[in-house]
Amino acid sequence: MIVFAIYALIFITSFVVVKTLARKAMTDYTALKTVTFGDESAVRPNRIASVISVLTIFLLWGAFTGSKLVPSMLHAPGPFMGDASFNYTAEAEGVAPDDATVTVRVFEVGTDVQPPEIAPGSGWAKNDVDTVGAWRSGLIRVDKNDEYGRDVGHTVTAVNGQPIAPGGEVMTEFGRVGMSPKGTLNFEPAKGWQMEPIWLPPPEAVVARLVEIANEGYRDSTLWEHLGWSLFRVIVGFFFGALVGIPLGYAMGLSDWFRGWFDPIVEFMRPVPPLALIPLVIIWAGIGELGKIILLFLAALWIMAIAARAGVSGVAISKVHAAYSLGASKWQIMRHVIVPNSLPEIFTGARVAMGVCWGTVVAAELVAAEKGAGMMIMVASKFQLTDIVIMGIILIGLIGFGIDILMRLAEKALVPWKGRI
Amino acid sequence: MRGLTIENLSMRFDLPDGGSVQALKDVSLTLQQGELLSVLGPSGCGKTTLLNIVAGFLAPTEGQIVLNGHPVTGPDAERGMVFQQGALFEWMDVRSNVSFGPRMAGKKEAEWAQTVDHLLDVVGLRDFKEKAVYELSGGMQQRVALARCLANDPDVILMDEPLGALDALTREKMQSLVLKLWKETGKTIILITHSVEEALLLGERLLVMAPRPGRIHTEYRLPFADLGVGQDLREVKKHLDFASKREEILSMIWDMEEEIMGRTEEA
Repeated sequence: MIVFAIYALIFITSFVVVKTLARKAMTDYTALKTVTFGDESAVRPNRIASVISVLTIFLLWGAFTGSKLVPSMLHAPGPFMGDASFNYTAEAEGVAPDDATVTVRVFEVGTDVQPPEIAPGSGWAKNDVDTVGAWRSGLIRVDKNDEYGRDVGHTVTAVNGQPIAPGGEVMTEFGRVGMSPKGTLNFEPAKGWQMEPIWLPPPEAVVARLVEIANEGYRDSTLWEHLGWSLFRVIVGFFFGALVGIPLGYAMGLSDWFRGWFDPIVEFMRPVPPLALIPLVIIWAGIGELGKIILLFLAALWIMAIAARAGVSGVAISKVHAAYSLGASKWQIMRHVIVPNSLPEIFTGARVAMGVCWGTVVAAELVAAEKGAGMMIMVASKFQLTDIVIMGIILIGLIGFGIDILMRLAEKALVPWKGRI
Repeated sequence: MRGLTIENLSMRFDLPDGGSVQALKDVSLTLQQGELLSVLGPSGCGKTTLLNIVAGFLAPTEGQIVLNGHPVTGPDAERGMVFQQGALFEWMDVRSNVSFGPRMAGKKEAEWAQTVDHLLDVVGLRDFKEKAVYELSGGMQQRVALARCLANDPDVILMDEPLGALDALTREKMQSLVLKLWKETGKTIILITHSVEEALLLGERLLVMAPRPGRIHTEYRLPFADLGVGQDLREVKKHLDFASKREEILSMIWDMEEEIMGRTEEA
């Protein structure tokens, strides 16, 4: 909650600050429009906002993970570390209640720790020492070193002077002291607002893991092999999907028999998410390369067939009539009119298909694979290697984004007339 | 026999609800080689249907079209077509658009280059031949469409409101260009238009069609097209005959429109 509040605060503050400081000096046509609210074409992304947005995400990530990349004054309060102490009051049969102090050394998990040394103190209840890892909790058997143990009815009745009963708790400045149903104290040091690295590692840990895996690999394959296999599957699956789907779409756009024959199949298969086919593909083709390529083939096939069919349907009849009147044969009309006219639709379809294939391959690798980006993050998650999971997600996102950029560039180069007719 | 004959043409479309529309009824007409016929009429009078039948895109329910002694059965390079707009190929540059016909006929560039470049000169697009067609203005695009049609050297040119989408000034320039090309090439031209002025200016013969069923209402022979060749068309429009013919045809079409409206109101 507090993260979202801070996020909203940064959003609003930076908006106010930037808008006050940067009075636009631009005088191009759009900047001179007075009606911008409701005119979508006048809304251009504010690049300052984009930069602040990305920085904010990393800032919050760093601040709430205690990252070294973020100045420590910006850190969210971390977990308590050091020596915590609290008093307890114990009672036992036949003696007066007595107080003693518990000292708990809270340490960073993964480092060596020595319990603090404390004098046992006076009275029948003796002072206790223990160690607890940060973000963890520990049971503290305070009766163990006391002169009157549980055999004579040792019970703790208060912590820091506040009464406590089984199931109850007392908040101290160092954290929460609870009591189990059997009467044992349980110390949970204050966690602060930062995330524990096993839930969310700091950015530098993810980068360090990226370097390590790029150099040494993960699960017998290098990082590039994992990513390369995923890409390879996508490209092969998409290639065959387009190879079959585009001619199928053309046939459906040009022949009533093909249209009638394949319409029910295509219209049925189109809304079936490729992920729903994974179990069947695994049953039929196993979890090897063949199964994955079949799955991606099916993911791309229907999208490409529908795009090609739409491309044929989208050809203006006057263009076809003009070509016939100029003496073109059917084959020439196919080659010089219908195919080029359908290219914009096919490129749109290809972009969608590549996106779907990339999503599907990661999902398929999550289910079963020996190599691949999805397999990498799935295996890592089983060992709670959150840094690898986050690294994998970022890489998958970057590659998916890169594929879309490449497709857009190819589209611009190959069908420059798109959207200009 | 050189020329185009339209013989007892009738066209009936069956509607899905069981009714039918008589788009054309018993239309007959003979055009000599080199005549320019403009066709006018209120919407729904079947003029575009007539053109599509002559082009060979539609088969008539009765009657036939005979061109130079042989019947028309489908589209062919002997009958070129100029559409209102959007019939250019965006994926080709201007020169490839214009040379489309010869190239589809399998001719080598050496055979068509001279004709095509000459036509680009004639329509004033010499400096634009490497341009993409979507970079051109509407008037330039229609000039490309005209040149593309002429490059194929058809016997008959069919124009379906080719200047309808252009602004008034561009339209006037294009009308002069059409007249000039017609005189220079001696093609038979059928021009469909909504504009009475355009029909009068360009049509050597003028056909006024009436709707329901689509039929020939009145036919005129006009001197204005010959007067207008190489002339400022505005001078032609000042002609007294021109003004009176325009009024006559306009009121004729208005009467038809009113009749249609009246019939619809009664029904």
